[in-house]
Amino acid sequence: MDDAGPSARRGGNSIPVDDATGAYGASGFVDSLDGLGTEEVASDVVLLRRVWQNEKCAPEILPYDASLVERVREQVQLMEENIEAFATEIKDDLMLSLYRMDVNRTLFLLRSYLRARLSKIERHPIHIIDNQELWDRLSEQEQEYTNKYCEVLAKHFEQTVLIRLPEQYGSMLKQTSLASEENDMITQPQLNTFVCCRSRGAIGSFQLDDKGDESVDLMTNDLYILRYKPIRRLLETDQIELI
Amino acid sequence: MEHVTAVVELLYQFGVNSMAGRASTELESSFFSGAEVEFLAEDDMVVIVPSLRMDTLHLICGDFGPFMPQVPASVPLWLGIAMKKRGKCRLRAPEWMSVENLTQVLELERESSQEFQPLPFHYVEVSRLLLDNARDDLVDVYMVQTLIEDIRNVRFHKVQTGLQTLSGKTHAVKLKNLGAMEVSLIRPFFVKALEKFYVHDNEELVQPSQGETDTPLASVDRHPRRVLRPR
Repeated sequence: MDDAGPSARRGGNSIPVDDATGAYGASGFVDSLDGLGTEEVASDVVLLRRVWQNEKCAPEILPYDASLVERVREQVQLMEENIEAFATEIKDDLMLSLYRMDVNRTLFLLRSYLRARLSKIERHPIHIIDNQELWDRLSEQEQEYTNKYCEVLAKHFEQTVLIRLPEQYGSMLKQTSLASEENDMITQPQLNTFVCCRSRGAIGSFQLDDKGDESVDLMTNDLYILRYKPIRRLLETDQIELI
Repeated sequence: MEHVTAVVELLYQFGVNSMAGRASTELESSFFSGAEVEFLAEDDMVVIVPSLRMDTLHLICGDFGPFMPQVPASVPLWLGIAMKKRGKCRLRAPEWMSVENLTQVLELERESSQEFQPLPFHYVEVSRLLLDNARDDLVDVYMVQTLIEDIRNVRFHKVQTGLQTLSGKTHAVKLKNLGAMEVSLIRPFFVKALEKFYVHDNEELVQPSQGETDTPLASVDRHPRRVLRPR
């Protein structure tokens, strides 16, 4: 993440508490900021916004952006500390409330992102545990959560229903232990669903199926409703965003 | 043995019911709510004319200011509205919200039955927020409001007629110049319809039913497939 530097530094610089000379405690470091050229790099909030939108729209769980979440968390924490100190030092209600709004908006994005992921985990916990690729997309905490969730789920099914059934129907993974060789009762996300996406660059002609009789021309900023499965790769490489 | 099948069926239905419940929450969480679309629109930039002096704001989402009285500054909409609510600035309507431009857009929108005119992605939300929060700062408020309303109606009518062209052969729908609110309005229906079309056109994807122990739901599922096939 090459944008980590300036954003993190900018976050770190916000409202310097120790600066006793600054009129609003904020004017002391303006000069030092000008050289950073924060305009060119997407800020962490912009990145989080995109990650959040993608996660909300994609049917499957996407790779967890650990470093981004960590950076945003740090910025929020720092900002909260600063606001507290700022509140006792100088009484400027307007600025304070604007800073608070900014923090709340960022927190909303962060929470909604994490929640969207949790709800996907709760929808297909066993599928995620079974699939190494999906499992690796989770954060450590999410992996722990998934394990516990599966445990609780299994216990619940066992105690409420499965224990009362004939033996061959006693597994929550198989329809019957006689007919099913594999685990055929694991729900999976529907990857053939359709999503709304915008291309982030000129991708050109893109094939939507193996036969090659379905393709679209993806130009910058084009908006399309497409089947999720064929465009997965474009999402991974950040060439499109879901909306 | 019959007894067991009944239990399995019951179980299956129970599972289906809870799955249906999940499916609907799945829909809710995977589509943006109106409030969330508005949240996204609030990040659009707007020009304000402050009425006070204020130092640069170093927010997590970027730096804004410094603010000087009567000197226009560009800020995110949420920030502008928050300041406006406290009477600390006037909001300036974006250029596309002028009566001239909107009149022209409406005209072009009516002329073409297929195409949509380019408007900001969040034009519905931004205009709504400005009309709700900064009425006194806008010129020709009623005219602007009516024009936007008309544009929305004309466009939505086009979207509705566009729905009729959906078929099993549809593998991509291009939404050129469609706004965020319009997208979220049509999304639930479009996605579900296309999904069903796709599944019915690719029968290998339809789960093979478990031999003789056909569940009622599986047959319900199969019924519309026949009806939908014109060929």
